[in-house]
Amino acid sequence: MEFLNAVFVAPFADMLEFPAFFVEVVITGLLTGVMYSLVALGFVLIFKASGVFNFSQGVMVLFAALTLVGLMEKGVPVWIALILTMLVMIALAFAVERVMLRPLVNQDPIILFMATIGLTFFLEGFGETLWGSNVKRLDVGIPNESFEIHGVLLNQFDLFAAAIGAVLVAGLALFFHKTPVGRALRAVADDHQAAMSVGIPLRTIWIIVWSVAGIVAMVAGIMWGAKSGVQFSLSLIALKALPVLILGGFTSVPGAIIGGLIIGVGEKVAEIYWGPLVGGAIENWFAYVLALAFLLFRPQGLFGEKIIERV
Amino acid sequence: MLYREAGQFKTTYVADQAMFPIAQDRWFLGALLLVAYLVVPNVASEYWLQAVLIPFLVFCMAAIGLNLLIGYAGQLSLGTGAFMAVGAYSTYKLITAFPDLNVIVAFLLAGFITAGVGLVFGIPSLRIKGFYLAVATLAAQFFLSWMFNKVPWFYNYNPSGTITAPPRTVFGVMVTGPEATAEVRYLVALTLVALLALAAKNIVRGRIGRSWMAIRDMDIAAEIIGFQPLQTKLTAFAVSSFYCGVAGAMTLCLYLGSAETEAFDINVSFLVLFMVIIGGLGSMLGSFLGAAFIILVPVFLTNAPQLFGIHMATDTQKHMEVMIFGGLIVYFLIVEPRGFARLWQIAKEKLRIWPFPY
Repeated sequence: MEFLNAVFVAPFADMLEFPAFFVEVVITGLLTGVMYSLVALGFVLIFKASGVFNFSQGVMVLFAALTLVGLMEKGVPVWIALILTMLVMIALAFAVERVMLRPLVNQDPIILFMATIGLTFFLEGFGETLWGSNVKRLDVGIPNESFEIHGVLLNQFDLFAAAIGAVLVAGLALFFHKTPVGRALRAVADDHQAAMSVGIPLRTIWIIVWSVAGIVAMVAGIMWGAKSGVQFSLSLIALKALPVLILGGFTSVPGAIIGGLIIGVGEKVAEIYWGPLVGGAIENWFAYVLALAFLLFRPQGLFGEKIIERV
Repeated sequence: MLYREAGQFKTTYVADQAMFPIAQDRWFLGALLLVAYLVVPNVASEYWLQAVLIPFLVFCMAAIGLNLLIGYAGQLSLGTGAFMAVGAYSTYKLITAFPDLNVIVAFLLAGFITAGVGLVFGIPSLRIKGFYLAVATLAAQFFLSWMFNKVPWFYNYNPSGTITAPPRTVFGVMVTGPEATAEVRYLVALTLVALLALAAKNIVRGRIGRSWMAIRDMDIAAEIIGFQPLQTKLTAFAVSSFYCGVAGAMTLCLYLGSAETEAFDINVSFLVLFMVIIGGLGSMLGSFLGAAFIILVPVFLTNAPQLFGIHMATDTQKHMEVMIFGGLIVYFLIVEPRGFARLWQIAKEKLRIWPFPY
């Protein structure tokens, strides 16, 4: 009885009693969710255009952040370092397409998935060989102060991250809908063969999409890196982005955003109100269980394409 | 010339359905087992047994388990590490709670417990497929390792949170614990792997294995011709988890001696997945070859700089190792996406006519 009370009554009573605190938790969750969305976006872009489940997205985030920090430590000004990192990510896209994707065309999705795990190991080792493995501070001049509105404590940095995320998503939406390249990308996402038959060069599209994913990874890397320092554990946020993906659907950009927000809020609220009941640190798996619960009702995720199967 | 089945006539149905229909295969396997039982324990050094052969056998077991699930039943899973943890922790609970219990029996019981857990986490597979399922099985990975960390009952309330294999004997020989020699642990692991691999080979040849393969090749068509997806998928998860559980029990008792949940983290899941893919999906032989490759490459990479007389800082070397390992995997997937099993098949075709190709 006491346990049931602690699970079903007490947390809600708490929420009603201190609404300001609840709002604060929700907002923190939303802002963390934006960061998850940034990582999930990169996954979705690549999955849509090439059907590759790119596990290395997380390590691309780490790699971009490491490169940026490494360049800045060498005394390169922020803006030039940003552009150079962007170029490095584009070069990486070229290399991946040439060395990995092209020979593996038409293989099973699981083989491509394993290849991206191999790429994960490679980039991890490569980045750390190049730039060392100690924790680095990344300071790109984003203010990090807290202030209060109506008794709700907010952090400038998180708001800034949310704004960047919004700009990025808007930019991507424009890019996808208003430019010829974007249209070609959407065509490839819809149907590879039809796109090829109307003359869209698949290889170029892959390079573009991996470059865009690389740049999204860089933005995510800057945000996470500035928040918690650039270190190996940064690549583990890929594991945080996966439940976002299955919740939102592998093929949906809005799904990645909304999925990120739901996961962000869900895990913060659960951690704070229900976490202490079972000993805390439930953040690691709660997202997965939440996503799993959604999947049981919608197997293709919230916004994924409906799975139609034929014999 | 040497490897050809010409002249080996089958006169009974039993002979025709034999597991190894070609005589050379039977001789080779027999010779291999003989060497593994009699020669290796006498020749191999402590280092080789502890750092190469025992982990190889442990991971063979896990790879067989995962191969049953992915290669035969077509259900992608990333929760191998967690299932191994279930095996390890349940063995620990069993042999500490019942000190008189035979360790081998404890291993098998732990396998059955893991099968039960696998059954539960296999339920989503009825609804979701492919990568969605893979990510869903990560839920098992994170939830179970959190549980083993947070619930002190699982590690008998000891303050360090690690589980240690207590010393136990089987037929008067010390099998687990610090006093057990590497040779004994190797032989026990070898026996378990040999017997269970034989069992797995038989399962996939029989009715159960065929229903798995039908579901793998096209689940809707299989359902229409009368296979029950519920039973088929869940038995696949249960049997696969049984093998992973025994592998986990072996990790604890025969290989590491003491372990924490970190020994069964997501990287272990990935390693086993690599073994299955690089060895060859849907091939028993592939599981062994893949495990050998993934175990031997890091051993080689660690020792290579000394062999070639190159000196470098330890952490640089560590990073280089990770990098080369990743590169090798990508390279190997490009060269032969269907794995070692496929290479062996090609070699077999060549061997048939060698050395007179015409």
